[in-house]
Amino acid sequence: MNLELTLPTRKDEDFRYSDIEALGTVWPVQREEIVVAAGLEQSLQVIELGEGAVARHLAIRLEKGAKMDLRVLTAGPAYGRIAIDVRLEEGAGFTLGAAQLATGKQTLEIVTRVTHAGLNATSSQIVRTVLAGHATGTYLGCIAVERGADGTDAEQSVRAMLLDRTATANARPELEIYADDVKAAHGCAVGELDAEGLFYLMSRGLPPAEAKRLMLQAFIAEAFAGAPGEEALDEAAIARLAALVETGL
Amino acid sequence: MTMLTIENLQASVADKPILKGLSLTINPGEIHAIMGPNGAGKSTTGYVLGGRPGYTVTGGSVEFMGQDLLQLEPHERAAAGLFLGFQYPVEIPGVSFVQFLREAANAQRKGRGEEPLSGGEFLKLAKEKAALLRMDMDMLKRPVNVGFSGGEKKRAEMVQMGILDPKLAILDETDSGLDIDALRICGEGINSIMRAPDKAVLLITHYQRLLDYVKPDFVHVLAGGRIVKSGGPELALELEEQGYEAVA
Repeated sequence: MNLELTLPTRKDEDFRYSDIEALGTVWPVQREEIVVAAGLEQSLQVIELGEGAVARHLAIRLEKGAKMDLRVLTAGPAYGRIAIDVRLEEGAGFTLGAAQLATGKQTLEIVTRVTHAGLNATSSQIVRTVLAGHATGTYLGCIAVERGADGTDAEQSVRAMLLDRTATANARPELEIYADDVKAAHGCAVGELDAEGLFYLMSRGLPPAEAKRLMLQAFIAEAFAGAPGEEALDEAAIARLAALVETGL
Repeated sequence: MTMLTIENLQASVADKPILKGLSLTINPGEIHAIMGPNGAGKSTTGYVLGGRPGYTVTGGSVEFMGQDLLQLEPHERAAAGLFLGFQYPVEIPGVSFVQFLREAANAQRKGRGEEPLSGGEFLKLAKEKAALLRMDMDMLKRPVNVGFSGGEKKRAEMVQMGILDPKLAILDETDSGLDIDALRICGEGINSIMRAPDKAVLLITHYQRLLDYVKPDFVHVLAGGRIVKSGGPELALELEEQGYEAVA
């Protein structure tokens, strides 16, 4: 068992936007160790729809040539933190597709540290955040490429959509690269729903809430595309989006 | 009952008055064309009737089939039987035409207290209308207007009109960006979908050419935010020959 015993503060970079009080109610957080052995493949879906505070810390090690497909949907909790540390050995592959959907005073965060430790490993992270009301959504993501981890191919695509001007999105993509031959791409954007697109959909008969839900569904679609259990993820996300646009109106 | 009665309509965009007393009456079974120079308020007329946010009505009234149109939200106008064909159809990545149109059609039906279309019924209808506009059904499985050429977008607008089956279609420069074949196909589509005793069309256009295919019963010249001249189809030819300045 690995426990960090001291409750972090907001001075700690990885907890800068956390709801420390809520975190205190579930602290200490037990690290969930996952090892995917050489050449094997594993998939995991983390779906948090409950209302209570949740903090999880996944520590994933992918051995030579191992593959992991991780999908995260955080929607319900007043405070929801999913921390993911991944270590990739030679030729390993890691895929993260995540959606955070929040309203009211919810604080949701995904904090990743993806370490490329061996040759030719690939990682891809797609994180979509939809925020209404006074919600806060955060993505802190670091890609670390160790010395000698040449042939690394790492991607981060991070987008947040604000349904109300009172919501807050934080995004901090980071790269730490100590190898020479590395492909690392990251994109990060925060925006609002396209008013023209909404009017177009409404002019065809969709009520405003449905038009918004449809556009948001498209916005998060990439996060779950091709996932094992994609249908269940989509269904849960769509139900949550429908609730979000109702509260946001 | 008249289909649409616009009386002394005034509207502003960003506090700038664009429509300055537009009056127009459309009866069922009629096709009207509004023509006019750039900046006359043609597109604004379409958007105001469609209920686009940012277009503020500052005076006048619009009655659509006995209802106060200006009191209705855009989706309620659609459910009441109004269709707005866009000059620049909007691209919506990630949302497929079939998904959106089925939801839209069923939202309209719900608004009118009708049963929703099943998946099968909807696809049959969509195929029929796509064929009418010579559009490959596979294109309707793609995201809304994304990667479509100008002509494909306009044909897709007409397919949507066919599926939604409105009472009144307001078509804002449906002819712009079309090559001659696409122009003919769209024109025939409009005739086939909208030429009926209980339907009406308001064509907004710069040019006479669409009117060769969709013969209007009335032609109006819009200038400076109001209709300055009305006449029969011959007025469009006169305009084409002599220009707006000479005629209006």
